[in-house]
Amino acid sequence: MNRIEVNNLNVYFGDSQVLKDININIPKNTVTALIGPSGCGKSTFIRTVNRMNDLIPTFSHDGNVYLDGVDIYNPKMDVVDLRKKIGMVFQKPNPFPKSIFENVAYGLKVHGLNDDDAIAARVEESLKSAALWEEVEDKLEDSAMGLSGGQQQRLCIARTIANNPEVILMDEPCSALDPISTTKIEDLIHKLKNDYTIIIVTHNMQQATRVSKYTSFFLLGELIESDLTDKLFIDPKDKRTEDYITGRFG
Amino acid sequence: MSLNLPQILSPKNSQRIMNAIFVCSGLITVLILIFIIGYILIMGLPVVNLEFIFSNPIDSGRAGGIFPMIISSIYVTLIAGIVSTPLGVGAAVYLVEYAGESKITKIIRFGAETLASIPSIVYGLFGLAFFVVSMGLGWSILSGGLVLAIMALPTIFQVSEVTISSIPSSYREGSYGLGATKWQTIYRVVLPAAIPGIVTGIILGMTRAISEAAAVMFAVGSALSVPISMFDPGRPLPLHLYVLATEGISLENAYGTAAVLVILVLAVTIIANFLIDKYQRQIMGR
Repeated sequence: MNRIEVNNLNVYFGDSQVLKDININIPKNTVTALIGPSGCGKSTFIRTVNRMNDLIPTFSHDGNVYLDGVDIYNPKMDVVDLRKKIGMVFQKPNPFPKSIFENVAYGLKVHGLNDDDAIAARVEESLKSAALWEEVEDKLEDSAMGLSGGQQQRLCIARTIANNPEVILMDEPCSALDPISTTKIEDLIHKLKNDYTIIIVTHNMQQATRVSKYTSFFLLGELIESDLTDKLFIDPKDKRTEDYITGRFG
Repeated sequence: MSLNLPQILSPKNSQRIMNAIFVCSGLITVLILIFIIGYILIMGLPVVNLEFIFSNPIDSGRAGGIFPMIISSIYVTLIAGIVSTPLGVGAAVYLVEYAGESKITKIIRFGAETLASIPSIVYGLFGLAFFVVSMGLGWSILSGGLVLAIMALPTIFQVSEVTISSIPSSYREGSYGLGATKWQTIYRVVLPAAIPGIVTGIILGMTRAISEAAAVMFAVGSALSVPISMFDPGRPLPLHLYVLATEGISLENAYGTAAVLVILVLAVTIIANFLIDKYQRQIMGR
């Protein structure tokens, strides 16, 4: 079953077209990696899926993006609800300058949960899911800004999980992290894929092979090829994909 | 192509000289401050005691204390703060978060800069014409407070705007990404992160307001009694100081008044900085 279906998606910023006729299906509870050289539209693509691009005044699009069969760009779509269902982890860890607890409770509070016990339980559960609980359980009231980069990124994942999303978008979540932190995040992705549909943008092809079941290769705004990760890296159909994964450009 | 000027000083020596110049500039700045505050305190503190602070002036201020002036000062400054803070912070939020770059934002910014550069005596005249006469508020604490509010407004606005626009956009993205609305993002993430800067702006505006004589002299009246309602006239400390000195009533008590004013401003600034530091450490974890 597909969680997300994208049909004939074109995205423009002002006059320049950034994504060209994208068609892709993202199956439920799998990890899909998006690879491609810088500026190829991977990030723009995932930001179209949770409508973060709406924040950019020059953004426009045509084509359709469906989440569980519902067109997310239909006029009745509640963007707040959509972003609750489709969480996002950013390239640079961006915890709020608040306590660790408040960071994870943030989504719950903005969506109107007032019950302190329920919030505390959900915060603990989310931090455990993000493999961070043991490191922070004694200092939940400390500022999140005092955590290491890797811890901050896992906190951002916990913050996203707390909303109980269906999909988690990750925009190069390890590019600002050291190798040990990266391993921890990758382990976490393996664990999370049982419960969530994950789309991860990565520059690191080894990472794509380690964490994802499917991989899509983007180039200059076009989706060149999508396949099972094992297949795409061993036997790419398109010459451009082969050139990229063998390091001939990019 | 480089110009081969004869090297008068070795790089090492020119570095030393520049270091010395910078250190001296810093020292002179601090020394001027210490000298002024020290001079005022030395001249003023001998007359300052509990009686001076807590009693009414006698014989236009030749004797007695300055209690009504302290109350007037606090009163007008509070009114100024209550009026100008929401306006200034609100305008800054509007400009940074809602307006985007446009002609209107440029006009608002230019307006604030112009407001900031108007001499305070002009504000005073405006206060007389507008608040005292046109609006019929009379010579009152309220009229004086409103003039000071307009005066403090550009400071609060400008500092708030710079602070709010320096809040990293990654905070906003994180908040939107979790499904927060624009207002929730502003209220729960942007403003709490901006509080240290905004409070600094408010303190700057308020210390400017509490130190003003010219701006309030035509608006607040010149009463020597304690103002009870905000429609009563009053006489803030700087105005009292001005009257005592220019009318040759008592230079001694003028220095005493100045000392109390300086201590008040210093206390507000130091306490505010302490609280800002504490808050900053709490949210930023260092």
